[in-house]
Amino acid sequence: MTDTSISGAKALIACLRNEGVDTIFGYPGGVLLPLYDELYDSDIRHILVRHEQGAAHAADGYARATGKVGVCLATSGPGATNLVTGIANAYMDSVPIVAITGQVPTPMIGNDAFQEADITGITLPITKHNYLIKNINDLPWVVKEAFYIASTGRPGPVLIDLPKDITTEEFEFEYPKRVYLRGYHPDIAVDNDRVKRAASMIRESKRPVIYAGGGVIISNAASELLKLAETIMAPVTTTLLGIGAFPGTHQLALGMPGMHGTKYANYAIQESDLLITVGARFDDRVTGKIDAFAPHAKVIHIDIDPAEIGKNIRVDLPIIGNAGPVMQSLGSHLQGMQTRSQEWLAKIAAWKKEQPLQYNRSENVIKPQQVVQEFYDACPDAIIVTEVGQNQMWAAQYFKFESPRTFITSGGLGTMGYGFPAAMGAKVGCPNKTVIDIAGDGSFQMMSQELATVAKNDIKVIVAILNNGNLGMVRQWQQLFFDERYSYTNIADSVDFVKLAEAYGLIGIRVDEPSGISSAISEALAADRTVVIDFVVDPMENVFPMVPAGAAINEILDLEVAS
Amino acid sequence: MKHTLAVLVENKPGVLARVSGLFSRRGFNIESLAVGTTEDLTVSRMTIVVAGDDRVLAQVTSQLGKLIDVISISDLPPDESVDRGLALIKVAADTETRSEIMQIADIFRAKIIDVGAETLIVEVTGDQAKIVAITDMLDRFGIRELVRTGRIAMSRGTKMITGGNI
Repeated sequence: MTDTSISGAKALIACLRNEGVDTIFGYPGGVLLPLYDELYDSDIRHILVRHEQGAAHAADGYARATGKVGVCLATSGPGATNLVTGIANAYMDSVPIVAITGQVPTPMIGNDAFQEADITGITLPITKHNYLIKNINDLPWVVKEAFYIASTGRPGPVLIDLPKDITTEEFEFEYPKRVYLRGYHPDIAVDNDRVKRAASMIRESKRPVIYAGGGVIISNAASELLKLAETIMAPVTTTLLGIGAFPGTHQLALGMPGMHGTKYANYAIQESDLLITVGARFDDRVTGKIDAFAPHAKVIHIDIDPAEIGKNIRVDLPIIGNAGPVMQSLGSHLQGMQTRSQEWLAKIAAWKKEQPLQYNRSENVIKPQQVVQEFYDACPDAIIVTEVGQNQMWAAQYFKFESPRTFITSGGLGTMGYGFPAAMGAKVGCPNKTVIDIAGDGSFQMMSQELATVAKNDIKVIVAILNNGNLGMVRQWQQLFFDERYSYTNIADSVDFVKLAEAYGLIGIRVDEPSGISSAISEALAADRTVVIDFVVDPMENVFPMVPAGAAINEILDLEVAS
Repeated sequence: MKHTLAVLVENKPGVLARVSGLFSRRGFNIESLAVGTTEDLTVSRMTIVVAGDDRVLAQVTSQLGKLIDVISISDLPPDESVDRGLALIKVAADTETRSEIMQIADIFRAKIIDVGAETLIVEVTGDQAKIVAITDMLDRFGIRELVRTGRIAMSRGTKMITGGNI
């Protein structure tokens, strides 16, 4: 040891500073004591959550809102396993987070020591990569690689497992300047031949549809998408994770496709002769019955992940690459093209006019869709985060998102409890934005302990609970497909959400009449701290349109709307 | 349809678990897997025999390619490569049958590596067909125990699959 050697804990903080980390969501524990001792003096903001799952979701929300890597920290054993759902969630939605877990000292690994869990083994299938550091000299390059891997190519979570003895050992610290990974090459050049072929397919198409997913947002390619769509005059449907990649009010916007998509998005896909897929993965919630999906369309699939090509659907022209540069190149090949889609756009316009999203309005009972619409009217620029289920679908359907990173939701894994901690993370990352968690009463109760975190750290979000007293989406399926046998989905009167908010020193508002919605929203927007609004909504309201599981996406259930 | 893949991986702890875990969770069937070091000590080479059509092969290849520790993947078509496996076969043998078993082993260029009062151990090296053939021939004497390695394979001629050329 020389005078310049430092401990592993100090070195980790230095590594994080080098990566530009300003915030960590974490929870301490026995093996993390040396690291937390260093954090005590560090200028990195540490946000103490109340459950490690909240830390993982907060890091995820932070990453999606900012485009930066989110960082969460948990102790060994139960701390680490509590991160697992959050890591799986980030993996399914390609979110760059680095999860750091404490581990028992290296000599004790494998002995079933107190609070030991094989977290690298457990997270093997749900991380892009993970590391167990067994030698202090590996620490700097592991952290460097972890951030590089998490944030490049198709992003995803990376976990670093850090044994306690590594944090106390001292060594000569030097942060590597670059990463050398011979098995990982995320920078893919645009394949010009394929782009030219795509351009000629687009020129020949009469009924093109652009099907854009989360990859467009990850690639920061919304402007390239807008330009391409306007150049070729093709309508654009955005998947749940692609919402915000294309302006929701644009005349070419079709909204969301699939199970709870707009009728016109699904009809357009089904009648299309060319599906231009960008950063989307033909999820079963989008395609419905796969054999009947887009039956007349040739398929162009632009994706950075070669493993997505041909995974779920046959593709006529795959283009492996980053969505932004590929669309830019495609657009340049198509400058000034004569579109053949006028008739097609007229047909879509007619569908939009005749078969819009709709619900039965009421003056007596609050319709959840109306709550979402009133939030849109009051703060169209807000970041909307959702829980999972009916609340999520209504938010996706009725809020018009104009820009990327303003809609944050758990798409692939469908994690109830995601929304509130993710909203917290989004607000920390974007302190000047209004952040609203559109919640269900079921989902919110899965992570409501984080009310303490927002209270203690002065993080202001608005939690808008669409309280229907039910696990609404499951209840809807029971109503439609299980003879109205409501098996264990009623959770009415679980808790007084107003008092719950007040118990944490926050503001609670209950609204049980439609006339009270807008004033509650105004009050919440003006408040100086987190507000929980308990909107008592129609308990039997269903999400429509709906494509039943296993049906083709033009076999759509819808409700009768009173004129 | 079977495909033989030569997969170069970082010689790091856990890499076998990453590869085998990927196969199980994606529902791919591994018929045979052999792993060992190469001329470069930082690189291990896996020979994986996987059953499936071209679509499965494309998925296996691209999913394997996503593993950070996987350096390269090469498909080795049967007519452009050689493959070998090794088997140890413990066969029941008494004074009457011993010489016949030794003759069979001789024909297959197999070796007798242990002689006991009631058994012989035959060591045979060869491609899949040869090992199956000698096993069938020895079956009637009574195979008491059989152990086989996974197959290893290499391209014919000057084509090289090494850690250095990627």
